[in-house]
Amino acid sequence: MKQTIFFTLVRASALVITLALGGIILYIFLNGFSVISWDFITKPPTDSMTKGGIMPAILGTVYLTFGAVAVGLPLGIASAIYLTEYARQRRVIRLIRVGINCLAGVPSVVFGLFGLGFFVIYLELGSSILSGSLTLGFLILPTIIGASEEALKAVPQTFREASLSLGVTKWQTTYRIVLPNALPGILTGSILGIGRAAGETAPIMFTAAAYFTAKLPGSVFDEVMALPYHIYVLATAGTNIEATRPIQFGTVLVLVAVVLGIDLIAIVIRGYMRRNKRW
Amino acid sequence: MESCDIITVSHVNFFYSAVRALTDISMNFKKNKVTALIGPSGCGKSTLLRLFNRMNELIDGTRVEGEIIFENENIYAPNVDPVEIRRKIGMVFQKPNPFPKTIYNNISYGPALNGFSKSDMDALVEQSLKQAVLWDEVKDILNKSAMNLSGGQQQRLCIARALAMKPDVLLMDEPTSALDPISTAKIEELIEELKDKYTIIIVTHNMQQAARISDETAFFYLGHLIEYNKTEKIFTKPDIKQTEDYITGRFG
Repeated sequence: MKQTIFFTLVRASALVITLALGGIILYIFLNGFSVISWDFITKPPTDSMTKGGIMPAILGTVYLTFGAVAVGLPLGIASAIYLTEYARQRRVIRLIRVGINCLAGVPSVVFGLFGLGFFVIYLELGSSILSGSLTLGFLILPTIIGASEEALKAVPQTFREASLSLGVTKWQTTYRIVLPNALPGILTGSILGIGRAAGETAPIMFTAAAYFTAKLPGSVFDEVMALPYHIYVLATAGTNIEATRPIQFGTVLVLVAVVLGIDLIAIVIRGYMRRNKRW
Repeated sequence: MESCDIITVSHVNFFYSAVRALTDISMNFKKNKVTALIGPSGCGKSTLLRLFNRMNELIDGTRVEGEIIFENENIYAPNVDPVEIRRKIGMVFQKPNPFPKTIYNNISYGPALNGFSKSDMDALVEQSLKQAVLWDEVKDILNKSAMNLSGGQQQRLCIARALAMKPDVLLMDEPTSALDPISTAKIEELIEELKDKYTIIIVTHNMQQAARISDETAFFYLGHLIEYNKTEKIFTKPDIKQTEDYITGRFG
């Protein structure tokens, strides 16, 4: 009897979550689908952003997301390697971990302000893809470190022992044996970070995103439009907010699609890496 | 007979944090012999084995006292690099632990990272696999994953992998405990052949195995070396009652 109630509850919660997710996606889809066209995703906005497409914003988000991964992934993996493979003093490890958890709890707008103060102004990188990527890279760092640590710990200790017992150095063991076996797991966890990097608005609004620029970025020092910020602008500061409602929904739909697309790339890479890594 | 000793252990104590695992161990290991370390679980035999290639220091909070002399040098002297020691003293583990790589790359991994030339690698891989009596079974599938081999084949691959480094000493930590009787017999035959070229120190729970394959046997109990002598003597007329009790199965 108790079991039946419990199962029903568990099923109900699973159903609620699925319905909520499905509902959101369906709502976006129904409202946004009408504006999606080839022109919408390949043309820049026109008429004060009330018409035309969103191509610069799509491109900007893709650049920023890959930039964030390029910053966050190496740094995050390196930190995780230090924590799991090298750091021996428990107190040091605990201190670092507290720091990482705090970082994870910092509101994204604070990252944005930090990026503005440090990268944009102090390092004089300006509002640019570089500043935005660095800011987003730091934002997703805790996620990547966490995922990497778990993945590194999951590599059997016997692999490390076998490698070391062959007179292979610790660094070579980490680089040749531990890391390749942990990479699929690292990527799995990092996919969450990728989604976050693509979707965040606050960190890029001060550091990278342009209100409007029809010009496509020529280098990492240029400003870009970005999907989340474009949605924010259209919905709050546009010249004609009501008239651009369909464009807003269309942009949201594209953003969701871009995030899923980037996730898909990560999943494919992971699948490729996993093929020979069974233990 | 001093010149025949390859490893000399003198007054070694070993601690896991506050727990003493080995107490005042002194013994010599003879070159090109098979020495078996036996004793009940937790007696310190595996701990001692892992001292010879400095594997214990991977565990936090361990401490060694005393000296282990290998090639006229204390391997625990501060200037000694454990990586150098492990090149000369190879190890085979309890459970087969091939890398998730191809059979070929399992063998070539250690030598390649230690600067062994690529052009001679094929020959080294073949030679190592032949030494481990695995060549005929795998020569056509060298580029297949080692994870597809059977447990016994994997363990022989691990032996081949250790041999490819051309070590002087081969440490074996219960190498057959995870294997079926046929695979075990193959490994035992292999050990018999290998002792012409290598010094083998093997930890085993299996008394018959120690009796079958070893020249010398050391019996440990609660971190102490109780008795160390020729295998024949240990298994027929041990000097100490505890040893006799253990090998006749009265405790353990």
